[in-house]
Amino acid sequence: MSLGIEHYLILSGILFCIGMYGALAKRNAVAILMSIEIMLNAVNIDLVAFSRFLVPDAVVLTGHVFAIFVITVAAAEAAVGLAIIITVYGSRRSVDVEQMDVMRG
Amino acid sequence: MAEQVAFWVIAVILVGSSLTVVLLRDLFRAGLLLILCFFVVAALYVTLLADFLAVVQVLIYAGAIGVLLMFAVMLTRDLQHGNPFNRLNKGVLLLSLLLLAMIVGVVIGTDWPTYTEVPDIVEMPLQDPETGEAVQGSTSYIAKALFDPDNGWVLAFEIASVLLLAALVGAIVLLRRRENDRQ
Repeated sequence: MSLGIEHYLILSGILFCIGMYGALAKRNAVAILMSIEIMLNAVNIDLVAFSRFLVPDAVVLTGHVFAIFVITVAAAEAAVGLAIIITVYGSRRSVDVEQMDVMRG
Repeated sequence: MAEQVAFWVIAVILVGSSLTVVLLRDLFRAGLLLILCFFVVAALYVTLLADFLAVVQVLIYAGAIGVLLMFAVMLTRDLQHGNPFNRLNKGVLLLSLLLLAMIVGVVIGTDWPTYTEVPDIVEMPLQDPETGEAVQGSTSYIAKALFDPDNGWVLAFEIASVLLLAALVGAIVLLRRRENDRQ
């Protein structure tokens, strides 16, 4: 059985679910960010797979362009997110998201 | 054949390393495995003929974001607590498995269409129409797609640069030591 788009979509679905599990079930904020990076990677795999398999004998470049933008936004998100986490750690000595509840109503 | 072997090896390493990232208690090792995961995704891009994206993946994800995450892990060592799960653990696991079952069902149940050509969008042919040789490298085609005057993404590109600048300034402002913190 030759490789089709289904293989890549299911692989990226597995990755996305692993990332979602980590992002929702972890208490450490850095671990949550790591899981979000896994989810973003899963979506990028999807985009690139669609751009490869939409036309059988060509690569449609729109998915690549979209993946590049996703990578750009992910880099910005990681930088700001980690800066926030380190700032919170500086004031509270903890990165446990269950203790970050100063804005609870 | 080589493509399939590469895909299955990559798939096993990718699922294994990302599962370990989520399940491992030692956050430092989880970060290292996440960098492995980024490298393997780059290899997966190579099997999808996305060579430029593979290089970008290694540079930005494995290089920049990986190092940033490792720094964050080291600056926020929380050794007493490690990397535990919260009390939503079981429910979220169930939710993830449900989502996975749904994704697999939809992907297998859908008859994915293919087209002979897509109008108005830059395509990279796998074989040169004149010489019949295999086309090497997607970089120039990505540049064409990105900066095409009619259907390009020039405005989005400029907005992305502004976003990166804002993120840079924001990170510096957040981490800058305040004057009155010194004493």
